[in-house]
Amino acid sequence: MQTRALLSGDEAVARGAWEAGLRVACAYPGTPSTEILESLATYKDIDAQWSVNEKVAFEVALAAAIAGGRSLYASKHVGLNVAMDPLMTASYTGINAGFVAVVCDDPGMASSQNEQDTRWVGMFGKIPVIEPSSPAEAYIFIKEAFEISETFDTPVLFRMTTRVAHTKETVEIGNRTNVALKPFAVDIPKYVMVPKNAYQKHVLIEKRRHLLAAYSESSKLNKIDKGDPKLGFITSGVTYQYIKETHPDASVLKLGFTYPFCDKKITRFAQSVKELVVVEELDPIIEDHMKTLGLPFKAKHETFRIGELLPEHISIICKGGKKLETVSTARKPVLCPGCPHRFVFSVLKKNKAIVTGDIGCYTLAATAPMSALHTCVCMGASVTFHEGFRRVLPEGKFVGVLGDSTFVHSGITGLINAVYNNVKGLIIILDNSTTAMTGGQNNPANGLTIRNEKTKQLSLEALCAATGVDNVDVIDPKNIKELDALIKKRLSENAFSVVIARRPCKLIDRNRAAMPVYESEKCKTCGLCFTIDCPALTKASDGTVMLDSSLCAGCYLCTDVCPTDALRKADSM
Amino acid sequence: MNKPKTTSKSNDHKKIWNVFFCGTGGQGVLTASEIAGIAAMNAGYHVKKSEVHGMAQRGGSVESHLRFGNEIYSPLINPGEADFLIAFHSGEGKRMAGFLKKGGVSLVGYLENPQTQPSDKRFVNTFYLGILSAYVPIPLEAWHDALQGKLKRFQKENLEAFDQGKNIGMSAKPA
Repeated sequence: MQTRALLSGDEAVARGAWEAGLRVACAYPGTPSTEILESLATYKDIDAQWSVNEKVAFEVALAAAIAGGRSLYASKHVGLNVAMDPLMTASYTGINAGFVAVVCDDPGMASSQNEQDTRWVGMFGKIPVIEPSSPAEAYIFIKEAFEISETFDTPVLFRMTTRVAHTKETVEIGNRTNVALKPFAVDIPKYVMVPKNAYQKHVLIEKRRHLLAAYSESSKLNKIDKGDPKLGFITSGVTYQYIKETHPDASVLKLGFTYPFCDKKITRFAQSVKELVVVEELDPIIEDHMKTLGLPFKAKHETFRIGELLPEHISIICKGGKKLETVSTARKPVLCPGCPHRFVFSVLKKNKAIVTGDIGCYTLAATAPMSALHTCVCMGASVTFHEGFRRVLPEGKFVGVLGDSTFVHSGITGLINAVYNNVKGLIIILDNSTTAMTGGQNNPANGLTIRNEKTKQLSLEALCAATGVDNVDVIDPKNIKELDALIKKRLSENAFSVVIARRPCKLIDRNRAAMPVYESEKCKTCGLCFTIDCPALTKASDGTVMLDSSLCAGCYLCTDVCPTDALRKADSM
Repeated sequence: MNKPKTTSKSNDHKKIWNVFFCGTGGQGVLTASEIAGIAAMNAGYHVKKSEVHGMAQRGGSVESHLRFGNEIYSPLINPGEADFLIAFHSGEGKRMAGFLKKGGVSLVGYLENPQTQPSDKRFVNTFYLGILSAYVPIPLEAWHDALQGKLKRFQKENLEAFDQGKNIGMSAKPA
């Protein structure tokens, strides 16, 4: 029986994988890939989990495939960096049952710290790369990915981008196929990667590369739309859809099995058209490969390597033009009204701390006028940056700040390192009981599974204490005076301390108190209340405050920072 | 599923409908575009809908591109090609005005006119969808199925707001 559903690329991957007999799925949340596991968790016959980080997710899923059940790993592009270690050697061990790593890139960085083109990883790891251009294709291609994985005994990299992952499309869906477990047999030369065995595997990998290239030639994932022979495009991913939209009559070679390349098909296509243009989002991967084939073609100006490629860019690229940079006029993202993090940053700012930050909602504290977070590189780097700064500037007022989920992901290793290597200073864990930035996923510290079922809860305070850190304090950040006193005390000591600022995310705890009272007569228009960057407060032309009742969550932080009592709690009348 | 009927003159089978939704986080922009997308799917169209979300903040810009027709390629509406602009926030509506095509309809006008207001401001999303329903060839049943499938609370109130929007849209729409 077939039915139709409106599915995002992420949901289509989940649906297709489920129908392909998927058994085990692991991921750490990351935009735009998060909904893959959220969706898989709704299928009862899939063993789905939020793993503590991507390396763990990749290894658990890989081992599940080696044990004989089809498995899937999902993450965003930067998440795959964390899993690169197992990925590179998974290419050597190969799999048993099918194993697919779904990785979502974020061109334009809607919610990421960098732009990466994951297609390189396929070339680096010598594993096949499959790229759908729409949710409907993602649904079909993921099934093909499991077949390719098993046929060639290789992990398959399934690469999507934000405009595939977060586009919804009508998809014809089907039923689950029962795929039997593949028998697992001890096979030391295959699964124990010591130099002697790995050398033999490397020989096989180079052979596999040729077999995959031959398959790529015949694969229906690389399709030709025969059109006007005057103009031909070679493309992959969502860019294909833009070309069909803007140049409906052109000929197109659409690569869905991007790596290894189908050189013969590419050459035949190139020779069949008068003018050839290669259009791809982000890095020049098809372009660079085309150069090795010695074929004449046009490619995008290098300014188009930066940011999202849009439909209106296709014609400019054909004419050899450059990308015109436009200034975004979008409203800047800010911490939600009532966010508990805002209290912590208000205190840190007041104490003139230099804050080494991390990946999460709290990174938004770096934006003006708050400007209270000063570094952000990757998951867990708040703790290690705190240490690195203190190694050179031991007297500085450095504070490392990260969330509960990020701490479990990779903050804990940096903390062990810091204690072991005798650093002093202060780490603050903003424990809001969720993985908030990606939309509120459970993690070990809140004691709930991906299906919201109770599990063993990780005690952050016991874990921190076990590292040997000098002090571990737990405090509700809404008690702002106590928080201020505690931070001052810990920063003045010759010790290494952890403060756990614990209060649930405002999107979990939706209780709202009444709006503060504002008396403009008492207001000296000092502007201090605006430094907390609360969306519910706006400045009138005369410098006084306008409160937005639809946004205010009644957290009263503005009343704490107001020096003249012009803003005060509603119940203190 | 049935393909859309091609009998009525507004139902040219090559016509692609472009509906641009915008507003700020927490206003229900994505829920509204989701319901419209499901209604279009229920009516048998090929639907694509694209949005950027991920930053879990409230108050940031949110936009959703909804396209439906016989066959849709790009999931994005090009500037100057939206048939309808549905803004939940006046500032965002002004910012995105360039997406509207010449002769396109901005539904913001209804909210700015005291004569065409929803009775209950809480259900402005479904009120908007009701107005939209007066303009696009999607049968009422397809809308109702989408609304009932997607809205878990205040179904009655939402359906009333939808009907009110529909009636206002029907009487205001140029013949």
